[in-house]
Amino acid sequence: MNTRPGKNAFVVFIHKLGSPPWFYQFAGKLIPWFWALFIVLTLGGLYLGLFDSPADYQQGESVRIMYIHVPAAWMSMLIYGAMAVMGFVALVWRIRMMEILAMSSAPIGAAFTLAALISGSLWGRPTWGTYWVWDARLTSELVLLFLFIGVMALYHAFDEPRKAARAACLLALVGLVNLPIIHFSVKWWNTLHQGSSISATDSTIHPSMLWPLLIMAVATKFFYAANVLTRARVVLLEQDVRKAWVQDAIDKKTTPLQKEGSDS
Amino acid sequence: MNPPVHNTRVSRAFFALLRRDLLLAFRRRTELLLPVMFLLVVVSLFPLGIGPEPALLGRIAPGVLWIAALLATVISLESLFRSDFEDGTLEQYVISGHPLTVIVLAKILAHWLVAGLPLVLMSPLLAIWMNLPRPSMGVMVASLALATPILSFIGAIGAGLTVSLRRGGQLLSLLVFPLYVPVLIVATGGIMAAADGLPYGAFLGLLTAGLIASLTLAPFAAAAALKISLS
Repeated sequence: MNTRPGKNAFVVFIHKLGSPPWFYQFAGKLIPWFWALFIVLTLGGLYLGLFDSPADYQQGESVRIMYIHVPAAWMSMLIYGAMAVMGFVALVWRIRMMEILAMSSAPIGAAFTLAALISGSLWGRPTWGTYWVWDARLTSELVLLFLFIGVMALYHAFDEPRKAARAACLLALVGLVNLPIIHFSVKWWNTLHQGSSISATDSTIHPSMLWPLLIMAVATKFFYAANVLTRARVVLLEQDVRKAWVQDAIDKKTTPLQKEGSDS
Repeated sequence: MNPPVHNTRVSRAFFALLRRDLLLAFRRRTELLLPVMFLLVVVSLFPLGIGPEPALLGRIAPGVLWIAALLATVISLESLFRSDFEDGTLEQYVISGHPLTVIVLAKILAHWLVAGLPLVLMSPLLAIWMNLPRPSMGVMVASLALATPILSFIGAIGAGLTVSLRRGGQLLSLLVFPLYVPVLIVATGGIMAAADGLPYGAFLGLLTAGLIASLTLAPFAAAAALKISLS
């Protein structure tokens, strides 16, 4: 440990994480734990949500879609925020690991957005009588999906991975500045142009429904963490395939390469 | 370095570039007319596709005019930095020592004067075509005058990001249309409010706020985007 005086261990640790071999190893140690926590929490949360919580007195059994829908919608926004913040760090301090992490976040965020949209429209069918309503939150979520798709499309349009990541990080950042404006304008548009099609019930949620929801919300965080680290590891292996540390990693253990390919 | 002298140089670079871009645009007059012609053709398709019923056309007129303006802007934005990128002029700008942000600002302004302003001037004619209710005519022109520069500013970021790509046009639309959502909502909302005899000042105020925000922020982002594209 070459801990220089004046720099504490935490800073050294953070700096080390910026180095690909170190990150690769460290992430590899964390990933199984995150997956395990995700599985345990999801099973618990889904059991509580699907079997051990009451049906809603207005929505009936379809309220159980909430245990997937709401965490997915939360994650979609959280991941966009995380991606843009990591993109900012990547652009300002030119940290390659941050570029990779931000770009690995985009497909996961898009998937969560899509999951929120699909589960939302499945819930809308019995509740509103139609699969799609230009409801403010649905519309915001749709625009968020477009923003994710834009970031991913830009990332894949370049041949050079680092240039691609930097361009896409900048776009994510521009989107982050725009996102609150989009959200409020859509909300406003919805109240302006058409009568509100749903009224959010102000009644506080019962603990038997709140707990599975919160557990699922935590579970999806671990899913994201495990997924983004796995993707980042694969991207690292792909980009650094000619470097010595990748050869070492492959020699030590061949499994990482057999995992499903990243989004190249 | 003496700050005033430096400022003069920057402003001189700004106006020189503005003049150059306008001159280049006026040397190619047919290209100058393209955004306007595009707007004309697109808007004229709507009555043909929907039917000539005046009441219906009047109702959808704000949305149609604005969406046509978005499309016309994005199509013209694709060439904002293209020729400068291809012949290496852009690199000369970067090494000229002048802030790229100012250069980008001049280019955006020139672009708006060439591609945005004609749309604004053309819009009353199209509004009559689309049977836009008479009281909202002024608000429609004002909304276009205030907000087409926003489209140019935001679009310049996308144009900067996609300039080095071979087929950036469709990608550019994909990148910037979601960012245009608030502009579209507020502008059409204001026109509709005016058509219904409701107060519309807040809408124009919001568009002005958006114009100021994009004027101050977007050139920096577009300059950063260009630097990434040139790297």
